[in-house]
Amino acid sequence: MHNLTLAELSAGLGAGEFSSVEVTQHFLARIKRLDGNYNSFITLTEEAALAQAAQADKLLAAGNAPALCGVPIAHKDIFCTSGVRTSCGSKMLDNFVPPYDATVVENLAAAGVVVLGKTNMDEFAMGSSNETSYYGPVKNPWHTDCVPGGSSGGSAAAVAARLTPAATATDTGGSIRQPAALCGITGLKPTYGRVSRWGMIAFASSLDQGGPMARTAADAALMLNEMAGFDSKDSTSIEHDVPDYRATLNDDISGMTIGVPEEYFDEGLNPATEQATRNALAELEKQGAKLKAISLPHSHLSVPAYYVIAPAEASANLSRFDGARYGYRCENPADLRDMYMRSRSEGFGDEVKQRILIGAYCLSAGYYDAYYNKAMQVRRLIKEDFVSAFKDVDMIAGPTCPNPAFEFGAKSDDPVAMYLEDIYTIATNLAGLPGMSLPCGLVDDKPVGLQLIGNYFEEGRMLNVAHCYQQVSDWHSRCAPGID
Amino acid sequence: MSIDRTDIEKLGELARIHISDENAQASAKRINEVLALVDQLQAVDTSNIEPLANPLGARQRLRLDTVSETNRREAFQAIAPATEDGLYLVPKVIE
Repeated sequence: MHNLTLAELSAGLGAGEFSSVEVTQHFLARIKRLDGNYNSFITLTEEAALAQAAQADKLLAAGNAPALCGVPIAHKDIFCTSGVRTSCGSKMLDNFVPPYDATVVENLAAAGVVVLGKTNMDEFAMGSSNETSYYGPVKNPWHTDCVPGGSSGGSAAAVAARLTPAATATDTGGSIRQPAALCGITGLKPTYGRVSRWGMIAFASSLDQGGPMARTAADAALMLNEMAGFDSKDSTSIEHDVPDYRATLNDDISGMTIGVPEEYFDEGLNPATEQATRNALAELEKQGAKLKAISLPHSHLSVPAYYVIAPAEASANLSRFDGARYGYRCENPADLRDMYMRSRSEGFGDEVKQRILIGAYCLSAGYYDAYYNKAMQVRRLIKEDFVSAFKDVDMIAGPTCPNPAFEFGAKSDDPVAMYLEDIYTIATNLAGLPGMSLPCGLVDDKPVGLQLIGNYFEEGRMLNVAHCYQQVSDWHSRCAPGID
Repeated sequence: MSIDRTDIEKLGELARIHISDENAQASAKRINEVLALVDQLQAVDTSNIEPLANPLGARQRLRLDTVSETNRREAFQAIAPATEDGLYLVPKVIE
């Protein structure tokens, strides 16, 4: 049953082949039996899940079931869930039980999903390896000595290990696409403003965007159908019609022009990853797409610009964690200053503290223009690269990451080496463009991903290209060794 | 640009994060590695380039200043470290 896709589970539930309670029990049992190997969940919501499943079975029997009625999913522990602890991977929020649901959680609940639990992640989504979580690292199901990627490593590993058919995730610099690539699954970061950020704990507000992780593009489309949409509670949400992403999955891609940026095939790219990427591009060409070499000349500046903008926004966002209203407060504070200092020093982990300090530095008097303003100017140059490229191409494609999954500890002492793993994903966040990753090969028995970057609000077209590729390839249906 | 131990302590004060003596050195080293990466930006000519804050160039949406939420003070204060009579308690500020 766990090998069925979200679409197949949904169809099976609709046809009465099995009940939602049966499906839910199956996945819960599987998580309890296997997740000790991966640590992909922080919280399991067994009781609530079974109650939701029973309710879903009633709706299914009555014949008025919503789109995803009775299918189980998991939420990244960054989305607030009413009455269920939402930790954001941090000691700071280890005791935080939100009194409300994130809009994404609410939308998916309205679509009838059953929530199995909350998935592990890098602390406050700051990381590319899941090693910064207060709840311990997540292990890559393909190779448990290796990282699953981050920050949505728990969601990625849970989907890859068939512990849930799909999960929500967020992406600030690659946090959906990079773990999707490293765990051999499909993940999509929508256009900035497409999915509501209400109730999604903020890291860098001008970059953060929620999106789905699943095994197939078709399942990602099902999830995105429910997640996307305007939300008046998010001041950066965009009023733009949400199409039915399933309807265009099978569109003919012949005649489509796919731009291949030369900067994404630089000397930092692992040669075997490059080969897998080029094979996938050749497959799209076989289906009639035209490949066109393009240049995104400011690409090399995306990581430097990001490591000013993201920490600056993070230092402002994370100033709310002060020990006064919710979250961690230190024991016996001597005075107000001591309460702030110790609550924050004891509540945040090292990577988060480091980024807050960098952000404070970039925003401090005398450095604002040299760092923050400069980075925002470079951000425009990066965006303009894409705007020019999209005058000639319909889609951009290349590798998601330079390398397959690396071993634990391999990059944890070298922040810059870790940051460069996101070199191909960060630019789309800076530009606000949609991007996705889908499995396109194995390198040293570890998955690698093909990245698609669409023009603004072209999620449907990306899903279409991904789906067409998945009709003629089987990388997305391969399973990590040892997973039955 | 690079920062030293005194800078780190000043940043810690600004961000309300205590930097212990044993961590100050390591912290300065890591932050300087990141700043060295970020310094690549200085080589770019950005004269006459308008900074981009919102990736879509969108402006903040405005709404009427009317009450849109119900008062849920009890639910919000139920998760607070310390409250009394509907107020959040913090250590004494004024002697």
